[in-house]
Amino acid sequence: MELGPIWRALMRHKTSYVLIALQIAVTMAIMVNAIGIIQDRSKQMQRPSGVDEDNIFYLTSLIYDADADYQALMAADLEAIRGFPGVRNAIATNSVPLGDSGWSEGIRLQPDPDLDSTGVAIFFADEHGIDTFGLNLIAGRNFDPTEATWRDVESDEWPPQAIMTRAMVEELFPDRPVNEALGKTVYVQQTKPVTIIGITERMQAAWNRWSGVERSMLVPWKRASAFTHYVIRTEPGYRDEIMPQIEEMLATSGTNRIVRGMRSMEEIRHRSYLQDSAMVKLLVFIVSVLTAITGLGIVGLASFSVARRTKQIGTRRALGATRLAILRYFMLENFLISSIGVVAGAIIAVGINIWMVEAFGLERIAWYLIPAAMVTLWLVGQLAVYGPARRATLVPPALATRSV
Amino acid sequence: MFRYYLKLGLFSIRKNPVLSALMVAAIAVGIGAYMTIVNIDYVMGGNPIPQRSDVLFHVQVDNWSPNEAYEEPDKPPEQITYLDGTALLAAGKARRQVLSYKTGRVVEPQGEGERPFQVVSRATSADFFAMFDTPFVYGGGWDKAADDNEEYVVVINRETNERVFGGEDSTGRTIVMNGQPWRVAGVMDTWDPIPKFYDLNNGSFETPEEVFFPLSVAIANELGSWGNNSCWKPSEGGWEGYLQSECIWLQFWVELHGAGEKQEYLSFLDAYVESQKALGRFPRPMNNRLYNVMEWMQDREVVEDDVGVLLGLAALFLVVCLLNTIGLLLAKVARRSDDISLRRALGASRSAIFAQYIIEAGMIGVAGGVLGVGMTWLGLQGIELLYGEFDFIARLIEMDWTVIIAAVVLAVIAALAAALYPTWRACAIQPASELKAL
Repeated sequence: MELGPIWRALMRHKTSYVLIALQIAVTMAIMVNAIGIIQDRSKQMQRPSGVDEDNIFYLTSLIYDADADYQALMAADLEAIRGFPGVRNAIATNSVPLGDSGWSEGIRLQPDPDLDSTGVAIFFADEHGIDTFGLNLIAGRNFDPTEATWRDVESDEWPPQAIMTRAMVEELFPDRPVNEALGKTVYVQQTKPVTIIGITERMQAAWNRWSGVERSMLVPWKRASAFTHYVIRTEPGYRDEIMPQIEEMLATSGTNRIVRGMRSMEEIRHRSYLQDSAMVKLLVFIVSVLTAITGLGIVGLASFSVARRTKQIGTRRALGATRLAILRYFMLENFLISSIGVVAGAIIAVGINIWMVEAFGLERIAWYLIPAAMVTLWLVGQLAVYGPARRATLVPPALATRSV
Repeated sequence: MFRYYLKLGLFSIRKNPVLSALMVAAIAVGIGAYMTIVNIDYVMGGNPIPQRSDVLFHVQVDNWSPNEAYEEPDKPPEQITYLDGTALLAAGKARRQVLSYKTGRVVEPQGEGERPFQVVSRATSADFFAMFDTPFVYGGGWDKAADDNEEYVVVINRETNERVFGGEDSTGRTIVMNGQPWRVAGVMDTWDPIPKFYDLNNGSFETPEEVFFPLSVAIANELGSWGNNSCWKPSEGGWEGYLQSECIWLQFWVELHGAGEKQEYLSFLDAYVESQKALGRFPRPMNNRLYNVMEWMQDREVVEDDVGVLLGLAALFLVVCLLNTIGLLLAKVARRSDDISLRRALGASRSAIFAQYIIEAGMIGVAGGVLGVGMTWLGLQGIELLYGEFDFIARLIEMDWTVIIAAVVLAVIAALAAALYPTWRACAIQPASELKAL
């Protein structure tokens, strides 16, 4: 191993090598942090919403006839939609998972306003709700048709039954088996009692960035108003065909209304995570370009280094060094520089991550990213230096005897 | 001598086309990436109403729950209750004040076969237009009397005017919304403050509402808010109860000129809150805020964290490109060492060599900057492709002259900074050192 001579040769022409080492270091810092963010966002985007995303779509009906009988119209709409061939079920509700707009309330274990409350997302749903959303009821029962009441805006009553998600139950009653929550009474809007009659596995709230996104509650309310949101679940494969048909049916139903905002659940999810998916693509692009630039920089430096030392190489060859020895020399030299670069890079990467956690609330990077990035940059460096190093091996020994 | 160095610089660039091109490219890419994010940050955080931003103040009072702050760490609610908003409006202690909220209506064009369409609306008191300096094509807003009398008067935007009246002067004419005839008081010209500072709670980068009508009319018609609504105590007793509740859903701004007026208004707010405390409301300690436009935007953190992260990463990217440039410049100096030592042997001083190479670097910087502007444009198009589904992106990717000039200046500074070390090395070359090998 000729580390000694390599090191001493490096020391004699420090500058270019320091530059490359620095470049590798900063590249590593960016790479580690960017990949950390990519991982974190990707993980966020993969969380299931708990509903049947393949077959659900959503639309808004806005009735602008002030004298309309909203209740009758809504009941008629739902009957028509549910009876439509290809539709499995439908409900009128106030919000949809990942839909960005919704309603939340604070739940307390006692009717005492001074207690801390736990936020939960509210979804109106009658007895068709669970089947329409495609939720998995893991304990208890669904609403009874008699329990689903029309919401009276003038009254302050709240329906006494609720179906909650597992996450909400676990938050309210930590470290207890989930089934124990069945039949328990909790309090909404400070003093109104609500009994947990059923528990679903999962249903996300409308806001994907909310820390309580897994905490949802179905409330057996029907709300008759000018603004109605319908969530419709079709039989598998029918969704795309049915969507425009249902829109047409409602729009031409003779009521003065506007049907708008029709979206599939897939599109709702896509919009909800748009910023995150764009960020991921942007970062992948930046890391790729960066790696390419650094690779090219290494190629440049290596070529230059080889060109500068043709006489030395020729002399060594003349003295008996094999081609392989020459190759190894330059590969080792690059390895040494890369090593200094990645170690410095690791330190800078951690420093930058700490700053970004402070300033932007990012997640701390997983520890294994650092060695992974190190290995990557070592490989990139070796690949980059291979070309010029091979050219170095082709320098003829006869060069040693020339005086110029 | 300067022109001579320029000639020398051009000559040198031509003699090393590949190296020079690589240098220009390195600077251009780095500048392009960085300025792309800078442009977005600049537009997002820019002053949406520079001519009035320091006389407009957003009012916050803390009517929230005694058990927890509205927002950590002890920030008051970002909107205001109907009770407090109307009380402050009626008190009239500022030069002007405006109370408003976002809602919606359906326009029913009266023509044959015309389909009705939804319009996002703002229910507001009369001073909105004067305070926020909104441009008008025809007519104007309404006056306080219209507010008090609950007149069905409306200001529509340009697009709505096109759609309903074919772009004509529609002042005085009637537009039907939700079965009710409204008189058009004015047509607002295209108005696009970025961000929508007067209501940061319900879509900071949305375009302004399409129609505006008096707050009193909206309340009389029990029009709910289409924006955010938060209550720490349940509202009891239907619409009337809602109006008397502690729910926050409106935005209240005042116009105050000078520190004196601001101080007076703060005192007035304190006195008002005291009077409400005496009635049993406002259980939290006094926490009134009066932020001007830029302060309010900063408080609401209008520029997303993601932009900050990208800005940091892009700056580091620029550093990598500059390191590359330094390396390339060193290579160039090494290549030209015979030329340098010849010039030194012929009598050129160190500073002459320094000047020559710095000027050459400056030229590379200018070329890199110009190309960098092109790269920035490309980068912004890429951003639009990625984020295009957010409607407001189109406005964020517009480059104005400030950004273009900044890009070129930054490129030149970067090139000069990168050239410092290599040029210093060039000056250190001994006069006759390379002549032996010629």
